[in-house]
Amino acid sequence: MIIDKIKKRETVNVKNKKSNIDIPIGKWIKCENCKEIIYKEAIRENLNICPNCGKYFRMHIGKRLELIIDEGTYKKFNLKIETTNPLNLEDYPKKLKSLREKTGLEEAVACGTGNINGEKVVICIMDSGFLMGSMGVVVGEKITYAIEKAIEQKLPLIIFSVSGGARMQEGIISLMQMAKTTAALTKLDEAGLLYISVLTDPTYGGVTASFASLGDIILAEPKAMIGFAGPRVIQQTIGKELPEGFQTAEFLLEHGFIDKIVERKDLKNTIYKLIQFHKGGKKNG
Amino acid sequence: MANKKITAWERVEIARNPRRKTALDYIDGIFDEFMELHGDRTFKDDKSICCGLSRIGKQNFTVIAEQKGRNTKENIERNFGMPNPESYRKAIRFMKQAEKFNRPIITFVDTKGAYPGIEAEERGQGEAIAKSMFEMARLEVPTISIIIGEGSSGGALAIAVTNKVFMLENAIYSILSPEGYSSILWKDGSRFKEAAERMKLTAKDLLDLKVIDKIIKEPMNQEFEEIVKNLKKEITVTIKDLNKLSKKDIVEERYKKFRNIGEFINL
Repeated sequence: MIIDKIKKRETVNVKNKKSNIDIPIGKWIKCENCKEIIYKEAIRENLNICPNCGKYFRMHIGKRLELIIDEGTYKKFNLKIETTNPLNLEDYPKKLKSLREKTGLEEAVACGTGNINGEKVVICIMDSGFLMGSMGVVVGEKITYAIEKAIEQKLPLIIFSVSGGARMQEGIISLMQMAKTTAALTKLDEAGLLYISVLTDPTYGGVTASFASLGDIILAEPKAMIGFAGPRVIQQTIGKELPEGFQTAEFLLEHGFIDKIVERKDLKNTIYKLIQFHKGGKKNG
Repeated sequence: MANKKITAWERVEIARNPRRKTALDYIDGIFDEFMELHGDRTFKDDKSICCGLSRIGKQNFTVIAEQKGRNTKENIERNFGMPNPESYRKAIRFMKQAEKFNRPIITFVDTKGAYPGIEAEERGQGEAIAKSMFEMARLEVPTISIIIGEGSSGGALAIAVTNKVFMLENAIYSILSPEGYSSILWKDGSRFKEAAERMKLTAKDLLDLKVIDKIIKEPMNQEFEEIVKNLKKEITVTIKDLNKLSKKDIVEERYKKFRNIGEFINL
């Protein structure tokens, strides 16, 4: 579904067609929005945003941590777990192993504590580079563990979502992670603690239909694609073209499902301010 | 033919058979009385989920049921049992009311999934499912869900976060349809039968995985009335047990169950 679209977006154009000059592989990228060929470093320096047209590219965990968390304050939770491969798929463990090696990530989410302008929070950041941020038992368990730590330490919880939804490879067990994370959030709610959900491009399926939609505050990055069913599934079902701007962050804002769209450069300060506004909650001092 | 020889794909076909009994058939059989009530009090009365009040003897219940049509006309009216967000919001309204009046809740799960449509997205399908699970997870009354046909994806789970999950022997419960699974995972929609075998979507597989708590037998030579009678007995006994728990323990028991689904390896 959405996954195909994402793969297309990451295609790197190594040839400049106009002049037919080879461009060194890996240093340049074609912006899929404005079609300009842009030096990768220039995008990196611009918070992964196209300096030409303002298109937001995805952010990996390390970069996101740098953007949101005060330097040197992030401590990841000591929770090292692995799936049991409940459907006994032959190539799934191999796929996970090669992804771990390729990305340097343990899984599709990283969770820990860190400071935002000096305010300690529990933070979870998903990564689209790991099986499209899909939620299997490890992602579900890590998020649930993070929620429990937030309750234990009376800290605000911040989750950055990016996900294709529940992970197919773990079947029904992935589906059940929706219930698990959601149930854990009822406890956080009862504890009177703040949960800020930040939706980034793309957030779909079982993640949208569980923790991502349950924030006290729900923020989104501009133009992020967010929905339950993928656009292709909807199109096939109804046999009609989808309206312009369908399932963008702006569409969700208009329909009343998110609180605010926040530019990447303003996210850290916005979250900090929101934490200040929510002090005085049941357990929040 | 003995039941154990039925393949997973054959069970998918049984679960989807248009002549298979629907939620309202079970409701008619199980409860001494049932009164359907309507609407989400916000937008409309979406008919894919049917809600109401019922009783067995002196025990009152709230019923929340995914209802497929029993013929073409009904199917159009019920949107083929594929709920829009208003169905889940209606369900939430009935959950809260059940809690207020201390009625246990029985849900019937039978859907191909939540409806993938433009309007469904506009009105927050994801949010509606998430909120339904959220409210269900913290209900202080006993809850039982019964997977009677197709339990597919978040659209099914939305009303199945319950203290006990029962499942008919020939029902299925899965992350999505075998067709969808094979086309997404293997990029080959024609391998759906293989997908059905792989997905662990049968009642026996799901009992082993602790996703469900009990299988309701459907012997081939048994009349529907017998199955319903058995189900009525199971509901009565289970609710009697759950009623002994304090409100706090009802929530805790349910929480622990969902907290512990899905094993993992500690490294």
